[in-house]
Amino acid sequence: MTLHAENIRVSYGRREVLAGVSLIAQAGEVTAIVGPNGSGKSTLLGAITASLPYKGRVHLNGQDIATLRPWELAAQRAVLPQASHLAFPFTVIEVVRLGLQSGAAGDRSDVPLRALARVGLAHYSDRSFQELSGGEAQRVMLARVLAQVWAPIEDGTPRWLLLDEPVSSLDIAHQLQVMQIARDFTQAGGGVIAVMHDLNLTALFADKVAILAGGECLASGAPCEVLTDVILSRAYGCALRVSAPPPAGIPYILPHAASA
Amino acid sequence: MSAVTDTDAHATPRDRLTRARALHWLLAVALLLACLASLQIGASDVRITGLLASLARGEALSQMERVVLLDIRLPRLAMGMLVGAALAVSGAAMQGLFRNPLADPGIVGVGAGAGLGAILAIVLGALLPTWLTGITGNQLVPFAAFLGGWGSTILLYRVSTSGGRTSVATMLLAGIALGALAGALSGILVYIADDQQLRDLTFWGLGSLAGASWAKVLAAGPMILAAIAAALMLGRGLNGLALGEATAAHIGIDVQRMKSIAILAVAAATGAAVAVSGGIGFVGIVVPHLLRLASGPDHRTLLLNSALLGATLLILADVIARTVIAPAELPIGIVTAVLGAPVFLWILLKRRGLVLS
Repeated sequence: MTLHAENIRVSYGRREVLAGVSLIAQAGEVTAIVGPNGSGKSTLLGAITASLPYKGRVHLNGQDIATLRPWELAAQRAVLPQASHLAFPFTVIEVVRLGLQSGAAGDRSDVPLRALARVGLAHYSDRSFQELSGGEAQRVMLARVLAQVWAPIEDGTPRWLLLDEPVSSLDIAHQLQVMQIARDFTQAGGGVIAVMHDLNLTALFADKVAILAGGECLASGAPCEVLTDVILSRAYGCALRVSAPPPAGIPYILPHAASA
Repeated sequence: MSAVTDTDAHATPRDRLTRARALHWLLAVALLLACLASLQIGASDVRITGLLASLARGEALSQMERVVLLDIRLPRLAMGMLVGAALAVSGAAMQGLFRNPLADPGIVGVGAGAGLGAILAIVLGALLPTWLTGITGNQLVPFAAFLGGWGSTILLYRVSTSGGRTSVATMLLAGIALGALAGALSGILVYIADDQQLRDLTFWGLGSLAGASWAKVLAAGPMILAAIAAALMLGRGLNGLALGEATAAHIGIDVQRMKSIAILAVAAATGAAVAVSGGIGFVGIVVPHLLRLASGPDHRTLLLNSALLGATLLILADVIARTVIAPAELPIGIVTAVLGAPVFLWILLKRRGLVLS
């Protein structure tokens, strides 16, 4: 099962932000979308989530998303936005429950509490969402998204997490935690597409990487194929050098670390 | 934030939803008591308790009692309930739609737009071809007010919302402009009006239940009940909308359809209420706000509770309006403004604190 975006074009007014980008993500893999600011990463995710008008086709588990109703889409994929503003003073657990499809049954389900525990915030359930810090709010939103597609596979069909910069306002421990949640979701059979800024985390957790620049896809494939000196330097417009840590057990001497 | 506190903290979360559902019953009882008080208290000394006692003894009502009860107090009570519920529900629905606790049809110009529609119908209704007035019948003024409210809600939403987010400042300023425009056009119509129409307009514009009659209840009732029924189905959608339009769609809500229904319901409830009672302010903003404080912002319970509390408060405000300067009476709009405006200022004060801290 795949999420397949074909020849996606998006324009804001006259300006073309995506000039025909294609992307294939496999269930069971973390697919990262990287690229410099303004390269069209979030716009591509916007098209995949049907949040903005686009030209081209997006197939989710073999179905064209343009033919699916909002609740049919919501049963198959959950979307984590970059930033969330909440209009009314809901508590944390109430926000997580908003992600559940069925209204009445959802109030008795223990999934929201388990989702909160998964992001390490079970003891936050009664706090007012509006009073959380940016990082806490982002993790609560992740819990809401997890609750929406709690079982990574349902009726033999994989479900998808579509994450727009899921670690942007988190400290390093929670960055690792969130990426681990994404990896666990794929190892249980679900699919993850994440827009990423941090190239090291991407290298650590992504199974596939697509790198965008100027509204086009420069390269896609396994991290070791895509995250190379040449491709990264071209994409980001500055000189970058990729290193690899040595195999375990072999001493590794970094003279510039000693003189710093 | 150790792993220990995360796993052993599976205490049951505070359940505001159960409390909000219990509030349905509490408010229903309060509404019943308010109804009894409204039938009991009035300018003449006809008392519902005495009437019930004599009915129980098998005595018939006197002609005077019949008139006071059936033709004066009951239609006024019915209209108070309908208008109070309509104002509170349209306030709650509009606040959900605009994702802002300050949005209220009366404050942001929807009431003024509905008023313009009503005045147009009152003054120019006679010029309409008879086949049209034959179809609309007693619904002409409420329907015109609905159209006026609908047009202004859509205009307001277009002006103040872009990319799925509503600018509060733009919404309030656009509301001022809309209100001024509707007021100016209404002013022109007042010059065209003849003496009888002028009398109707003045009476109506004060915001009062004094003109209550079964005819008016029948004119506004169906539209108000339909609007409330539609609004009560919006609970989950408005909850989702609190996260923004895009996220609401992502959790499975048909946002465009939900918005259209919300706008229609707000316009119908506001329009019908304005058509029969003029501009009664602050019910739509105070009632939902108090309920959010009491049992949280969940729209699945907020909308019904708003209807119940709105009806209760308006009936009680009407009792005050009828009795404080008896045998004369105050327009109810004055009572709701005196009670509601300070609460509104208090809400602003609290929000300011939230923004500054």
